[in-house]
Amino acid sequence: MQSPGALEISRRDLLVASAATVTVASTASLSHSQTNAPAASQSTKVSFTVNGERRELQLDNRTTLLDALREHLHLTGTKKGCDHGQCGACTVLIDGRRVNACLTLAAMHEGEGITTIEGLGQPGSLHPMQAAFVEHDGFQCGYCTPGQICSSVAMLEEMKVNIPSHATGDLLAPAEVTPAEIRERMSGNICRCGAYSNIVQAITEVAGRKA
Amino acid sequence: MRAFSYERASTIEAAAKAAAGTDGAKFIAGGTNLLDLMKLEVETPTHLIDVNRLGLDRIEPAPEGGLRVGALVRNTDLAADERIRRDYAVLARALLAGASGQLRNRATTAGNLLQRTRCPYFYDTNQPCNKRQPGSGCAALGGFSRQLAVVGVSDACIASHPSDMAVAMRALDAVVETVRPDGTTRSIPIADLHRLPGDTPHVEHVLERGELITAVVLPKPVGGKHIYRKVRDRASYAFALVSIAAVVLPNGTGRVAVGGVAPKPWRDEAAERELPNGAKAVTAKLLANARPTEQNAFKVALVERALSAVLAEARG
Amino acid sequence: MRFDTPATTNPIDQGKVVGQRIHRIDGPLKTTGRAVYAYEWHDPNTRYAYGYVVGSAIAKGRIGSMDVSAAKQAPGVIAVVTSDGIGELKKGKYNTAKLFGGTEIQHYHQAIAVVVAETFEEARAAAALVKVDYAEQKGVFDLAAAKDTAVTPKEGEPDSAAGDFDAAFETAAVKFDQSYTTPDQSHAMMEPHASIAAWNGDDLTVWTSSQMIDWWRTDLATTLGIDKEKVHIMSPFIGGGFGCKLFLRADAVLAALAAREAKRPVKVALPRPFLMNNTTHRPATIQRIRIGAERNGRITAIAHESWSGDLPGGGPEVAVQQTRLLYAGANRMTATRLATLDLPEGNAMRAPGEAPGMMALEIAIDEVAERLGLDPVEFRIVNDTQVDPENRERPFSHRNLVGCLRTGAERFGWQDRNKQPGTRREGNWLVGMGVASAFRNNLVLPSGARVRLDREGIVTVETDMTDIGTGSYTIIAQTAAEMLGVPVDKVAVSLGDSRFPVSSGSGGQFGGNCSTAGVYAACVKLREAVAQKLGFNSSDELTFAEGEVGAGDRRVPLAQAASDESLVVEDRIEFGDLDKTHQQSTFGAHFVEVGVDVATGETRIRRMLAVCGAGRILNPITARSQVIGAMTMGVGGALSEELVVDKERGFFVNHDLAAYEVPVHADIPHQEVIFLDETDPMSSPMKAKGIAELGLCGVAAAVANGIYNATGIRVREYPITLDKLINELPEVS
Repeated sequence: MQSPGALEISRRDLLVASAATVTVASTASLSHSQTNAPAASQSTKVSFTVNGERRELQLDNRTTLLDALREHLHLTGTKKGCDHGQCGACTVLIDGRRVNACLTLAAMHEGEGITTIEGLGQPGSLHPMQAAFVEHDGFQCGYCTPGQICSSVAMLEEMKVNIPSHATGDLLAPAEVTPAEIRERMSGNICRCGAYSNIVQAITEVAGRKA
Repeated sequence: MRAFSYERASTIEAAAKAAAGTDGAKFIAGGTNLLDLMKLEVETPTHLIDVNRLGLDRIEPAPEGGLRVGALVRNTDLAADERIRRDYAVLARALLAGASGQLRNRATTAGNLLQRTRCPYFYDTNQPCNKRQPGSGCAALGGFSRQLAVVGVSDACIASHPSDMAVAMRALDAVVETVRPDGTTRSIPIADLHRLPGDTPHVEHVLERGELITAVVLPKPVGGKHIYRKVRDRASYAFALVSIAAVVLPNGTGRVAVGGVAPKPWRDEAAERELPNGAKAVTAKLLANARPTEQNAFKVALVERALSAVLAEARG
Repeated sequence: MRFDTPATTNPIDQGKVVGQRIHRIDGPLKTTGRAVYAYEWHDPNTRYAYGYVVGSAIAKGRIGSMDVSAAKQAPGVIAVVTSDGIGELKKGKYNTAKLFGGTEIQHYHQAIAVVVAETFEEARAAAALVKVDYAEQKGVFDLAAAKDTAVTPKEGEPDSAAGDFDAAFETAAVKFDQSYTTPDQSHAMMEPHASIAAWNGDDLTVWTSSQMIDWWRTDLATTLGIDKEKVHIMSPFIGGGFGCKLFLRADAVLAALAAREAKRPVKVALPRPFLMNNTTHRPATIQRIRIGAERNGRITAIAHESWSGDLPGGGPEVAVQQTRLLYAGANRMTATRLATLDLPEGNAMRAPGEAPGMMALEIAIDEVAERLGLDPVEFRIVNDTQVDPENRERPFSHRNLVGCLRTGAERFGWQDRNKQPGTRREGNWLVGMGVASAFRNNLVLPSGARVRLDREGIVTVETDMTDIGTGSYTIIAQTAAEMLGVPVDKVAVSLGDSRFPVSSGSGGQFGGNCSTAGVYAACVKLREAVAQKLGFNSSDELTFAEGEVGAGDRRVPLAQAASDESLVVEDRIEFGDLDKTHQQSTFGAHFVEVGVDVATGETRIRRMLAVCGAGRILNPITARSQVIGAMTMGVGGALSEELVVDKERGFFVNHDLAAYEVPVHADIPHQEVIFLDETDPMSSPMKAKGIAELGLCGVAAAVANGIYNATGIRVREYPITLDKLINELPEVS
């Protein structure tokens, strides 16, 4: 159930933001060339797909994938919690694998396919993992939540292709989806609100549903 | 983060040459350590050479019967490889004990070997640190040193090497293969890769300017029981206080390398020969020259106790 | 609405919506990344600039000079605003250390400049080019060393006494005297402080991350020297706070000053490695507890003294306050002392006072129980009190600590606990159980709300209340739905906007009860307006149910009351002296089972249970989440969390999330929470009390007691890391 008021603000912002993405990116680079433009070699053109849509950006080399998503494409569902690979709030999927978007340069992802939380589902058509997080109250402040959800979706895929973890008992046997496995594999996503117990239940439910 | 130019290298030779010919150039692979430090201006390269597309991402049989692990093989993929899981389990375990799923998906074999210390003073550019700024002093000596090294240290630096993977590789006698800018290659036993700090703690390894790690060769499997025991405060996503990489053969002999206690993976073949005599005997030799601080003196006892548990597990 | 007599039956008691398991109404936004946090506000027609903060490299002294020439010439730089350039700014009422301005340095990483550039990357790079010459001064950074210089704080009630502690302790059959330490801790919420500031003439809008909208608005106006009416604060989503966002922080000040200088909106976020030293933290304490008891277990004398430090003008950590109320005993004293330290500002973190106080007290209780040969659960029950032990005329409004302990002991299997510490072994694990009481006072603050009914029958609630993960959106919607007889999806809730009526805000576990009570008050008024509009008599017994208003046989759709124009009312709840005549507190019991690795001393939590008695539970889902989150934070406090002080250089060394270890998934087992079925009519018309901080109080001690039970090793210095155990663990070689 939606709260019309709370949703209203964000919906409006979201619609405005996505409609204007292309314009914003181009004005930003325009302003650069007019003022203190960095030397040409200090910016790089990169194109990749984000949530299935092709994006082309001319970026300062220093731009992380995280800042490219948040500040240039205005996909702010991917969060900046620490910017140093110590919290997991920026977790996105690159060609299906989960990574910390804060510790990789956007320029390094030419031709790759990036999936963010916005690409998994929307209010009204939630991804099963998003729905399970709501059902099990697997979040509180919501700031680590997109990272937790992206991480958990990729993590279940990792288990399917038999990638082991620190919690895997026998390295030569396929890992099973147990609470201990989920906890270990999700440990790169910190939740200071402490929703861990509920998150594990949400993931367990989705894993079971899939099995 | 200072401005830098960026190129995507397409051949190994071009990458090495570019690195040698450009002041302040660095290779970037996973970037999980380098970018972290660049944001803080602990690292300030002026040029980055992206080596991710050099095709160094394969694990192949080595002619002598081991495995040749490409420098760009991601930690996740190395740990998941069936051959590694079967024949080099200590390495798979060490990799899986490190960092997080996300970081392991990016972090590379070569990058992991060359990752830099987590000493908090190294990370804070307001503080003196001989490793970051030679001659500025060491704030860790007399400061917060609980995580830091107890052996192989110097008056200039007590930083510890943070890798798990490298500890297992040390136990396995891995060999690092490189290409130099002039195109020549060489093989460096992992024991010789890292340097102790002495009075030049900023020089951490023997690689030359522009020299690129292309692979790590694991000698043919030695069998035995493979155990990697990582001791840490948090249950996961934390650096080791102490870690033990052990390969124990049925006769009670074997190999032991220790992490978290030294500026490099710590192994002493003389100490290792004491394995049949138990953890106390091994530790006494392994850490005979330990110079712990008040805050990290516990690591000496911890190594012995953790090793003792590892040996019990190996027997069991 | 003034609340000065105990609540009687009211529409909330129907419990059709309030008290039901209703999922968060903001859940779909948060789980899809559509909830917009401070740094994320984006108007496509605006060119935002980026501000990056420069912090002091020293802990104490003065800025001699600042050279910003290189920074100003760096690519993309628009402006550099420096602390010495801007001069002294007035300090907000709630700040101890100044946030910005002037040449004095009070603590490490205190903000001394903000560099504004076209992009984040340019601002960050240019910020590193600011050169500063300092005149460094020697500071005091070591609490233990400064303990003897501590003084009696001027504010609050630093000393309390009843009976004659000294005499009773002297003659007690069993005498106990121990000291404990708790470290500095960091809130470490996931969203760093962040603000976007935009000026429109004299009017300032700040999108920020604030727990207390009106406090921020007031203190930002004070700091900038402008009229409060000119300041508009927006904070509808907050990525956690735990007290670190109670008071105005540097990001908002810097963004406002930078935006004025740059003449365009500026975004400023505090970098993570900056947070621990730039903002606030929970101060370290040294605590001494003395308990005298009779052989039968009755406490006859209890004393609790606490020492902490803060910057000049700051306050103490009131770690003794629960000891004034939790257990019986005719003779008692507490004392709070404050040393001057030059570390960053100490201030409120989740359950200030009780959290560190219970970390010590509840170990002490465990120790005394053992000394007496009593079960620690029974020892607590024997010393229960239904009245304020310092003033026996003053009863608790409602107290069922005993019920929490008994229920928990039964559910947890407490009877299976090994009576002899260090005797239960499972493989490599030494296994033990620990218990602690939970206690946290219930605070009441006035809280306002505006409620609107429109012709569609949608009820809109507007209040400057914040939802920091607590579930405010949801429980406020439930309250309005219950009061007006509509389903939750007919209620829209707008929060965190300073244009809305001033609420209690989020802190001190008062937000849930107080903000919903404010909404209750407004809804009572709206019900009256609806009744009048629809022509009901004031004497009618009205029912609001299923979207209709009824009295007798007459039933009218609620929406009809707004058919020609929306009905809008505003009210606020104000509290009389029921919290003076009665002691209002919340109670609980924490049970923990731990395993300690016999070789390495690593402690891992195996099971956790909390039982809480905290008045009406407004929403069992969100309330439970508050408790499990607090339990998780308690595990961190027990086992790993410590801001390490460099006593020479005067700063918190481990200032990032790799070095300051908060619990991760792998540290936390499945957690169980039980709420006792109760209401407290003294607290508010909602009959609810706080829960969010109760869940933290006592957890760490339960872990500590569990470690003792597992190993026989008593550690009195938090956190209980393996180095404190390893020398006393059994031989393994």
